Amino acid sequence: MGHTVTMVGSQSGKAESPKTEYTGSEILLRCLIEEQVDVVFGYPGGAVLPIYDSLYEGGLRHLLARHEQGAIHAADGYARATGKPGVVIATSGPGATNLVTGIATAQMDSIPMVCITGNVSQELMGTDAFQEADIMGITMPIVKHSYLVTDVCDLPRIVKEAFHLASTGRPGPVLIDIPKDVANARDTFHYPKGVSIRGYQPTSSAHPLQLARLREVIAEAKRPVILAGGGVVTAGAEKELITFAEQTQIPVITTLMGLGGFPGQHPLWLGMPGMHGTYAANHALLETDLLIGIGARFDDRVTMGRLDKFATKAKIVHMDIDPAEIGKNVNTFIPIVGDVKNVLQAANVDLPQSDSAAWIEKVTGWRESYPLCYRDSEDRLKPQWVIRHLYETTGGDAVVTTDVGQHQMWVAQYFHFARPRSFISSGGLGTMGFGFPAALGAQLATPEQLVISVTGDGGFQMTNQELAVASLANIPVKVVIINNQNLGMVRQWQEVFYHKRYSEVDLSGSPDFVKLTEAYGVKAWRAKTKEEAITAWAEALAHPGPAVVDFWVAPDENVYPMVAPGKGLDEMIMGDEKA
Amino acid sequence: MRHVLSVLVNDQPRVLARVSTLLGRRNFNIESISVGESEEKGLSRMVIVTHGDERTMEQVQKQLHKLIDVIKVHDLSNHPAVERELLLIKVEAGPAARMEISGVVEPFRAAVVDVGSQNMMVQATGERAKLDALIELLRPYGIKEIARTGVTALSRSMVQGNS
Repeated sequence: MGHTVTMVGSQSGKAESPKTEYTGSEILLRCLIEEQVDVVFGYPGGAVLPIYDSLYEGGLRHLLARHEQGAIHAADGYARATGKPGVVIATSGPGATNLVTGIATAQMDSIPMVCITGNVSQELMGTDAFQEADIMGITMPIVKHSYLVTDVCDLPRIVKEAFHLASTGRPGPVLIDIPKDVANARDTFHYPKGVSIRGYQPTSSAHPLQLARLREVIAEAKRPVILAGGGVVTAGAEKELITFAEQTQIPVITTLMGLGGFPGQHPLWLGMPGMHGTYAANHALLETDLLIGIGARFDDRVTMGRLDKFATKAKIVHMDIDPAEIGKNVNTFIPIVGDVKNVLQAANVDLPQSDSAAWIEKVTGWRESYPLCYRDSEDRLKPQWVIRHLYETTGGDAVVTTDVGQHQMWVAQYFHFARPRSFISSGGLGTMGFGFPAALGAQLATPEQLVISVTGDGGFQMTNQELAVASLANIPVKVVIINNQNLGMVRQWQEVFYHKRYSEVDLSGSPDFVKLTEAYGVKAWRAKTKEEAITAWAEALAHPGPAVVDFWVAPDENVYPMVAPGKGLDEMIMGDEKA
Repeated sequence: MRHVLSVLVNDQPRVLARVSTLLGRRNFNIESISVGESEEKGLSRMVIVTHGDERTMEQVQKQLHKLIDVIKVHDLSNHPAVERELLLIKVEAGPAARMEISGVVEPFRAAVVDVGSQNMMVQATGERAKLDALIELLRPYGIKEIARTGVTALSRSMVQGNS
């Protein structure tokens, strides 16, 4: 995820003297071009008028979202699909505050992002000027770092540092707040060749002593298991992980963020753990004697917060680039700090095999005896069937984004991801409205790929205004609405934990999504039966442009298995569905 | 257990906000924070007094390290260190009480720095416990105002790698 650095050359081809002066906003755009940014997402406003005036010159593709939240999730989707920082521009005040959910979403999932906000001129700052908000202060707990540019001469260094910080170490969002007077000020332009940030030296390679200890515990292990998280995807360590798992003969569990980091078709894969995880994954975690966490942070959706019931018989090895993750949630026997790709490459030399033959037989036996299942119906469209249909018709060769809730879990369960960066979902923050704009960003980043946005009738209505972007830019995302006319996951919890007191989860009266979509000039289909679903999906796939398919599914379907909050992984509710 | 952290930070606007936001957000307890210039231009030294078990302290230090503006973190509780705090205290003191109060503060090597018609101000430095003791001794005279700087500290031996 490094970026090559070239000194600025003339974009227009005409001769430039090193003394040529540019405005702050022109300098900003030159910096973005130096960083090889090919698309930015944004929304103009008073404080960013100078920046948008410079954009008018061309040279950088800009997508005009219909809400800043849509812009930032699109930038996030771009980043998740490529690993390159997503870039978003918003104006001061409400423009900036509308980014907050998107910044927190990126921070929670360690997504590289450079968020550029305008601010009022410095002489007005602190006076409660029109559209003034202290976005530095507001976002301080949810950014990797942030800058307020007070002098135009600092701008190139700050942009250079921002891209470096966003994309290296444990990635994350970096905010650059640019007052209007700085955007208008003039200076010469020199893009720095490198960065020197004294307080920032991420550890990249593992300590050899810890690797030696790792080899010892692997050789001794009888019931080892790997818990692979989003760090595997971020580091691009998928090949190294396959080698590691195959050489040591250790089965692999992938967290929600780790899906695609290990092939969902691999014989050693046990599925996702935790609240809606598979029986095999959760029971492997209960019984393992060696748990190797790789770029996973042992959050409460995996451990259920019940550390007294989580991997209690296991020695825990934890590989992570962020030292603060080690020991944060679980006690670690062997800490290995480093980029997990480097760590695994080093570990893969002279790797012993574990004595796991009997264990593999046992866990794969669980996988066969307790598969994910649901009760299918010929009368009602089942959401799980729809997801399975997407998987089968695409052969899994697609980038799938989701929103948050039941459909997200069904995608995680029934669409088996073969490669990293093919599953894009707000895992940590759980942001509704994320999936559709993220799909637009992912599609722009990977134009040759099929990009599917699986969403719900609730989440889609949070950002469906971005259909305008899909339509105008002809971004061929296929939107799948799992429409159960309910806020399904909340409904499920109210059914199971609140005595079926269904409070404010009824979404009937939502717009006709086909008509709504068509109003934006986008093709749409509706499917209420399997037959209609097969036809509609085939036509949507064949359609060259963006498409929306509104699948009307059974409203009372629940996500199983389920571990209730506060319960241990040994207390899974398998559901009433028997295949 | 009480810990005194010495944190070398970039002398940047908002650096105190970054540190205090982090400590607050992660639910770490803060007894005091003091900040001032350090021996190196462009860097400030922040002294944070906090409480926590070993695991919490490890997290505090690791999370502080993640802040880009944090250069170094040292737990001074692991080293011999000098800890000091400055106290200013305004005590009710009519002419009759002045001599007596001067007598009380003398063993604390405190100084009377201001005298008014009905009160006087005492300045004292030292460890927290000593200042607490002085405050208790002065309380019967009537305390009008107190200002304390919070603890600042330096390790006695040269901390390795503190460049």
